[in-house]
Amino acid sequence: MSKKLHIQKLRRVYVWELPVRMYHWLNVLVLIALVVTGFYMSNPLAILSKKEAVNSYTMGWFRYIHFAAAYLFFFNFLFRLYWGFTGNKYANWKQFIPISRRFLKEMWIVFKIDILMMKGKNGKSEHLSVGHNAMAGFIYFLTFIVFLIQCLTGFGLYAPMASWWFPKLFAWVPAVFGGDILTRVIHHWAMWFFILFAIVHVYLVFYHDYIEGRGEISSMGGGWKFIEDDVFEKNKHTTPNPESAK
Amino acid sequence: MINDASVLKQPTYYEEVERKGYSRRDFMKFVSMITAFMGLEKSAIGQVAKALETKPRIPVIWLHFQECTCCSESFIRSSHPIVADILLDKISLDYTETLMAASGTQAEEALKNTMTKYKGQYILCVEGSVPLAADGVYCMIGGKTSIQILEEAAEGAAAIIAWGSCASNGCVQSAKPNPTKATPIHKLVSGKPVIKVPGCPPIGEVMAGVIVHYLAFGKIPELDRLGRPKAFYSKRVHDSCYRRPFYDAGLFVETFDDENAKKGYCLYKVGCKGPSTYNACGVMKWNNGTSYPIQSGHPCIGCSEENYWDNGRMYERASAFPGFGIEANADTLGKIALGATAVAIAGHAIATNIGKHTTIHNLEEEGKESEHELNV
Ligand code: HEM
Ligand code: HEM
Ligand code: SF4
Ligand code: SF4
Repeated sequence: MSKKLHIQKLRRVYVWELPVRMYHWLNVLVLIALVVTGFYMSNPLAILSKKEAVNSYTMGWFRYIHFAAAYLFFFNFLFRLYWGFTGNKYANWKQFIPISRRFLKEMWIVFKIDILMMKGKNGKSEHLSVGHNAMAGFIYFLTFIVFLIQCLTGFGLYAPMASWWFPKLFAWVPAVFGGDILTRVIHHWAMWFFILFAIVHVYLVFYHDYIEGRGEISSMGGGWKFIEDDVFEKNKHTTPNPESAK
Repeated sequence: MINDASVLKQPTYYEEVERKGYSRRDFMKFVSMITAFMGLEKSAIGQVAKALETKPRIPVIWLHFQECTCCSESFIRSSHPIVADILLDKISLDYTETLMAASGTQAEEALKNTMTKYKGQYILCVEGSVPLAADGVYCMIGGKTSIQILEEAAEGAAAIIAWGSCASNGCVQSAKPNPTKATPIHKLVSGKPVIKVPGCPPIGEVMAGVIVHYLAFGKIPELDRLGRPKAFYSKRVHDSCYRRPFYDAGLFVETFDDENAKKGYCLYKVGCKGPSTYNACGVMKWNNGTSYPIQSGHPCIGCSEENYWDNGRMYERASAFPGFGIEANADTLGKIALGATAVAIAGHAIATNIGKHTTIHNLEEEGKESEHELNV
């Protein structure tokens, strides 16, 4: 067995810069807060209390946290968009949008390997991408669109209660949907996207860690991924623009 | 347009008020009430009074299409008798199917007369939606379809008021599957200002306020993005609801007959749409300011909002999910999707361990080998 064993030399690559990591974890925290408070607001618990109403503010606090988290979420999201133009190549906006043939081709390969469970040509194609793979990038792109929908509908609903000019900029949103009722329903559906996304996403992070052995899980912690030396050499020499690994 | 010679022949509103036997005091009470409702400052009272004293009546054509007449009912029950007596009954209405004495050819004649004589001057009020399916046969008056009647009448109108939810957004007739293709007015006329006064029905004072604003200032009131007068539709029912402290405290009625209902807690969980409904119910109330639905223990059903019939159920907060039948709501579907995702993930995990056995095995061996070689 050990005769055939190919011991890899790994190179450390700094893929997720600190701003991306900070964005990521702030986003996780804030989204958990938004989903929890969102569920509460849509279906509050039955509280039995002897207190006078003036002395409690349960729904008020849930809404307060939702709105505070919403602002954080929004500005964090804006920051990430900005970083898509200034960050390193793995954070670049081109990683998310399937505009080139190469991007589409890589998505197809990822689909074959990770979903259809087909074997790569040399048995180790799963080791080829450095940042996130094209499929993941595209899913994040969809996620960003849902972020946008959530911000538009959320601030649209918030606009009539706001005194600051900023949320008022979104007052046109409910008008597009004919009113708050439908806007709220859309806001509520979209929440389910986040829940399902987060579950699949965390699973896939573990999956890639397991199948590739390059420190995927910890990459969002320290920013490092460890890629095989031959992959490194190949990308370095054959790809003029290594931002897309295949 | 109001000063046009042909209109000038008409008596002024105040003359009609006097003729009807109201005192100056009654008139001034009415003016201050309606000015306050319109959300204008005190100084506007004089302006409104002056306008009603000097300006001649504006002819009004009030058309009825697919509706239940609740808007007319609401209007004539408006708290001040002058509203019904003068604005509606005596002064304005040249044509309205439900209230005029004339009928048949005579009535149609009156309509035609007003339309030609006051071309470009009359206010066109529309109650009800217009059915477009089957060439409009679902609602015909005097041999004409409602769309024909509307188009003819809109042609010479100075402004159009869409009374109630039917005319503003289709209301119940346009609920899915909308068999008659009931269509609100703003989608059918172009080039004319359309004031939407939604509600099923709208509050009588709101209706009067809209008309008086036009009479007094000769222009339509300021409208919001959806075409509703800002003075009455800029606040949610929730924002002026006296049960709001219970909402903020998180104290809710769970069922209509529970202890919390007796205590007057917030009706959110039994389906109150107040948080998404723009209307003046909490401020003006109904039936001469007696009460409004929430005060009587019933949740707001969102009657002044577009599509309130289809967007969720009346006695539940749950978000509807169109296309999946009435029983489906977003959370039920979400939970199903969650289950499906869990199954898919489990399936994928198993498939990975089988299909990528070699890869996993190699990684493991490689790791084990390094472990062996290390001494510490
Ligand atoms: C609510 C939960 C989460 C959300 C919404 C979320 C969202 C995202 C998003 C949007 C990205 C793209 C990052 C970028 O390029 O800007 C990302 C990447 C990543 N996330 Fe998460 N994440 C969540 C939880 C987690 C958890 C719990 C981990 C695990 C340890 C994790 C690990 C990673 C890693 C390693 C990447 C980069 C890998 C790749 O792009 O395929 N995430 N996540
Ligand atoms: C991105 C993640 C978000 C999630 C998962 C989320 C979830 C939810 C949910 C489930 C509701 C309850 C809807 C219902 O009644 O059925 C809600 C309400 C609301 N959300 Fe969000 N939301 C998010 C972001 C935002 C943002 C960015 C804003 C912007 C201000 C916002 C503002 C609001 C407002 C104003 C309400 C209505 C609350 C009320 O009237 O009491 N949300 N949200
Ligand atoms: S009863 Fe309805 S409108 Fe009043 S506070 Fe509760 S949710 Fe808002
Ligand atoms: S409380 Fe709501 S449903 Fe009732 S009349 Fe007012 S807007 Fe319509």
